[in-house]
Amino acid sequence: MAEYILETKNLGISFGGLKAAQDVNIRIKKNQIYGLIGPNGAGKTTIFNLLTGVYKPTTGTFYLDGEELNGLPQHKINHKGIARTFQNIRLFNNMTVVRNVMVGLHDQPEYKCSVVETLFRLPRHFKVEKAMREKAKELLRIFDLEEERNNLACNLPYGKQRKLEIARALATNPKLLLLDEPAAGMNPHETEDLVKTIRFIRDHFDMTILLIEHDMKFVSGLCDEITVLNFGTVLAEGDTKTALNDPEVIKAYIGG
Amino acid sequence: MELILSTLINGLSLGGIYAMIALGYTMVYGIAKMLNFAHGDIIMVGGYVIYVFMALNNPLLAILMAVVFCVILGIIIEKVAYKPLRGASPLAVLITAIGVSYLLQSLAQIIFGSANKMVTVYDFGSVSFLGVNVQVSALVTLAVTVVVMIVLTLFIKCTRIGRAMVAVSEDKGAAQLMGINVNGIITVTFAIGSALAALAGLFYLLKAPSISSTLGAMPGIKAFTAAVIGGIGSIPGAMLGGILLGMVECISYKITAIAPYTDAIEFSILIIILLVRPTGFLGKKRREKV
Amino acid sequence: MNNFRKISWHHYINYIVIGILTIVLGSIALAGGRFNSSMLFLLEKVAISMILAVSLSLVVGFLGELSLGHAGFMCVGAYLGGKVAALLEPTLGNSPLNFLIALLVGGGVAALCGVIIGMPALRLRGDYLAIVTLAFGEIVKSIFQNTSDETFGGALGLETPRYDKQYLFIFAFILVLITLAVIQNFIRSKHGRAVTAIRDNEIAARASGINVTKYKLLAFTISATFAGVAGVLYSFSNYTVQSAKFGYNYSIEILVMVVLGGMGSINGSIIAAALITFLNTKLATVLTGDLAVLQNLLYALILIVIVIYNNAPSLKSFRDKYNIGTLLSKLVRKKHDPASIKDDKAKWDVVPTKIEMNEVLSIDITPQDKQGYEKKGGDK
Repeated sequence: MAEYILETKNLGISFGGLKAAQDVNIRIKKNQIYGLIGPNGAGKTTIFNLLTGVYKPTTGTFYLDGEELNGLPQHKINHKGIARTFQNIRLFNNMTVVRNVMVGLHDQPEYKCSVVETLFRLPRHFKVEKAMREKAKELLRIFDLEEERNNLACNLPYGKQRKLEIARALATNPKLLLLDEPAAGMNPHETEDLVKTIRFIRDHFDMTILLIEHDMKFVSGLCDEITVLNFGTVLAEGDTKTALNDPEVIKAYIGG
Repeated sequence: MELILSTLINGLSLGGIYAMIALGYTMVYGIAKMLNFAHGDIIMVGGYVIYVFMALNNPLLAILMAVVFCVILGIIIEKVAYKPLRGASPLAVLITAIGVSYLLQSLAQIIFGSANKMVTVYDFGSVSFLGVNVQVSALVTLAVTVVVMIVLTLFIKCTRIGRAMVAVSEDKGAAQLMGINVNGIITVTFAIGSALAALAGLFYLLKAPSISSTLGAMPGIKAFTAAVIGGIGSIPGAMLGGILLGMVECISYKITAIAPYTDAIEFSILIIILLVRPTGFLGKKRREKV
Repeated sequence: MNNFRKISWHHYINYIVIGILTIVLGSIALAGGRFNSSMLFLLEKVAISMILAVSLSLVVGFLGELSLGHAGFMCVGAYLGGKVAALLEPTLGNSPLNFLIALLVGGGVAALCGVIIGMPALRLRGDYLAIVTLAFGEIVKSIFQNTSDETFGGALGLETPRYDKQYLFIFAFILVLITLAVIQNFIRSKHGRAVTAIRDNEIAARASGINVTKYKLLAFTISATFAGVAGVLYSFSNYTVQSAKFGYNYSIEILVMVVLGGMGSINGSIIAAALITFLNTKLATVLTGDLAVLQNLLYALILIVIVIYNNAPSLKSFRDKYNIGTLLSKLVRKKHDPASIKDDKAKWDVVPTKIEMNEVLSIDITPQDKQGYEKKGGDK
């Protein structure tokens, strides 16, 4: 077991001449809730895209639990243990809630079932389907979504869609969960609820969480440590309170 | 030697026609982000309009009418068939475009019958060049294509509408926020594309004075192939791909052993290009926003 | 017993209907009831169309990609299967074994072509598959057209043994049932779920660990295989196989069936396939010569009108009011409940909710505030 669950080394990417991220070093210990903050266009989502294999970094690399994942295709990175949600929710809209979660369970070793087995409807197919459905229901129960399981995902209210996305990500059994602005568009009450949920996820699933957020209250109330990005580079990092009170950070936010 | 030279010139002229059609494809694809399957059939419509107006025996009038008619048709198609589907899945737009292509073909067949119509727009004759008999119409085709490409490039670089087109092709939403009339720009794009298709129709008639309702189908598909080979969305790419495909076709026709497989060869090139270099020769890599 | 009740019968209705139809018509034929040859030919054609439509529906309706070369795969199956059957005829005669071997060869080679074509095209986003499959159809046509007379018959076409007329349609409908079983079992499995997930949101599917390329290729290959099977059936139903028949227009005809049946609905595809094939045969006798083009006009209008009606974002409220589901439920006086939707039917107009919250930035980072928040969060 490595000291850090996630470690990036000089991670960077440039699009043409634009350096969207540069020399980003993030180290996250197990069971931490880690924040990634910064003004618009600071390169936060770019970091997520690098960590999930959407983009290939032009410089640097990153390790999950000591294993280098740089260069793997997206689905392999997910199998290795990084799951994510999206800034603008991406659900399988024409599928029911429970099936959304079952897609997340698709590649778990315990639900393995070959195409031939499903085509011939061998016993394993039914066993696996049933087990997947049960597991999905269990996950939905945690997020208070069990009642909605047979609704289409697109018919859920906004807050529940966010939760469903988290449930789907958790279904892939990750070591590290990336949440891209989980509180966006939520009212204070929902946000409060979300804080509890995220804490619960960490404790219940023994999870490490890296999240992007704009809401400073949210971040300072929830995160153990943060990294502040600005123009693709790290502005400050470390303990949440110290980092947020860093003069550079205040300057970047208020504009000096 | 003579054979090589004449093949070269024929290839360039056929390539010019493909490039002309590919330009239309590439512009519509770049800006409306859709594969306008009906584009090839607008060539056919242009050809028929020329055929009809040649009854007055005035080639210039016929060409003008063809361009005007095709532009109007292009705009109508865009408004009626494609605009309602803006924001819908690309698959839906694609299927509708195929429907429109089919509709134009069958309407043409209903109006003009299935037999080929003969029409000679203008006989340029031929000149002797390095001992080879060259059709002047082939040279005219090539010259016009080059001029059109240059004008189009200047139009996009130097005019307000042209720059707005670039903006729309980069990011529709952002362009709208900057006060660009996105719908208007898309309409203009379809109009330009259709005008180019009308000219392509003219060139086909200059090359071989016969027209049928399926005139545009195959050239349309090949020109799209050319646009993909050159790099879809790129104007020089369309030109390059068109010329390349025209050359391949003419050379392949001259070699008896592979002549019957010409179409197969051209399409195989497409598949190979997509395998090795999906963005084509001059295309830019497009990144999907996550 | 409890388990048995859970099996929803509507999943199996299409097997039952086609099964009963086959048994009834088959026993009439076997009992010596003579169908006339045009009736038999129509039945065979309907079966072929059903296989084609159901298999294309997998790609268009469930994977969300467009294939314009379905007739090309069919062509491969028809030529290869027909050739094998012709070669085996002296030894095996007109036996079911010969038929079976031809099916395996035809379907297998079509599958191989599917892999070769799908590999470059499915890696790319957008409309590339449409154009590559279209190109494939033309390549296949041109290759078979130009083969020497001894191998595949060249432009005149390949002569194939026509299977015993009276009973071929029974085999044909058994093949329809097999196609249905394979494709429906695929769709209603975890693998099919992965395919529909890719259709709904490819980016999210990748992030959820789905190997997108693998599943696209798998779905596409299954579809191509059954197009090949339909081709073999065609070669047994006709005396000659001519590649000119399997052009772009035929691919469009199959697409019309899928679109008319409602993309993403297998039963719809089956009904539309039967309807269009029947209509084609009837129209062919009425619309002769120049009038034949009216049929193409009809196809064109079907494609345009149905796709716009089903997909235009501005018609959404109208659709919700007057779709078949609500109309049917009004008929049986049951309120249509969208939550009751069991199949992952395609509804293309549902765009992911996009909320841009970038501009929402709270900058009060006073210490008390932070503490207050932490407390609130911690206490509850």
